[in-house]
Amino acid sequence: MLELYGARFTSRLLLGTAQYPSPETLKQAVKASAAEIVTVSLRRESARARAGQGFWELIEQLGCRVLPNTAGCRTAKEAVATAKMARELFGTPWVKLEVIANDDTLQPDLFGLVEAAAILNAEGFEVLPYTTEDLGAAERLVAAGCTVLMPWAAPIGSARGLTNKDGLKALRAYFPDVKLIVDAGIGAPSHAAEVMELGYDGVLLNTAIAKAANPVKMAKAFAHAIEAGRLAFEAGLIEPRDMASPSTPVAGTPFKIDHAS
Amino acid sequence: MQILLNGEPVVTQARDLDELCASLGFTGARIATAVNGSFVSAGRRATTSLAPADTIEIVAPRQGG
Repeated sequence: MLELYGARFTSRLLLGTAQYPSPETLKQAVKASAAEIVTVSLRRESARARAGQGFWELIEQLGCRVLPNTAGCRTAKEAVATAKMARELFGTPWVKLEVIANDDTLQPDLFGLVEAAAILNAEGFEVLPYTTEDLGAAERLVAAGCTVLMPWAAPIGSARGLTNKDGLKALRAYFPDVKLIVDAGIGAPSHAAEVMELGYDGVLLNTAIAKAANPVKMAKAFAHAIEAGRLAFEAGLIEPRDMASPSTPVAGTPFKIDHAS
Repeated sequence: MQILLNGEPVVTQARDLDELCASLGFTGARIATAVNGSFVSAGRRATTSLAPADTIEIVAPRQGG
């Protein structure tokens, strides 16, 4: 059971809603993934196209809890204003807080992130910050009131998987009581399983499913991988070792002559 | 007066934010608003006067990652 700010979920997969080939494929992928939380955004609404009104109806049909993001915001001020607009529009105190530092890497601006998180937490938001594996930033986000942290695995949309596995392991070790969700950079179900094997609480992804040749089948693959990784963590993985260790009993091996005696 | 609406220069007769939204056909629509970088709640639109060169954002739900 995944618990985020007092709300409980069976699925540990949080799914983005962008980049699918069609609204119908999005709906089917959400269903196949069994995700109970989907991320959404806010964008400028054209009086002519009114694209947001149709998307709102689609969101309602999904029946999931929505997690609005502040994607594209470059300053704490922009992120705070966007979060407030999202709270009114989606009727949720949740916000996936993004303050972006660089267009090429889409890496978080950790200084702006901490500043915005402190303001939003003080105003009653429940903040899920998109961060890095940086321990100092994590400490400041937790001090600002965040009980969930969402470090990247790799740059958004890069599909590179866990580029700093040791950093993610250290974050898990330092913050055993904070909910940790890897957000961004996941490309394959094996990456997601690896995250879960580290003891992370969940995985948030979008592109790896939406841009797959068959998004619905890939959604199912990720659901299985995340469940498998979590089960493996709970079961307790064995430690790797340098040399071989026979799995078949050595005692009684035919033709074996004990040279030591 | 001329304002900047969603990044585009627009001439409007609207005196406040509520009038502006209505003039664009957004009455009852799922939108949220900001003026000069700060959030303005739906309840405060009618009492938020517009001034020349104001920067207005009108946003709606959209797909996101």
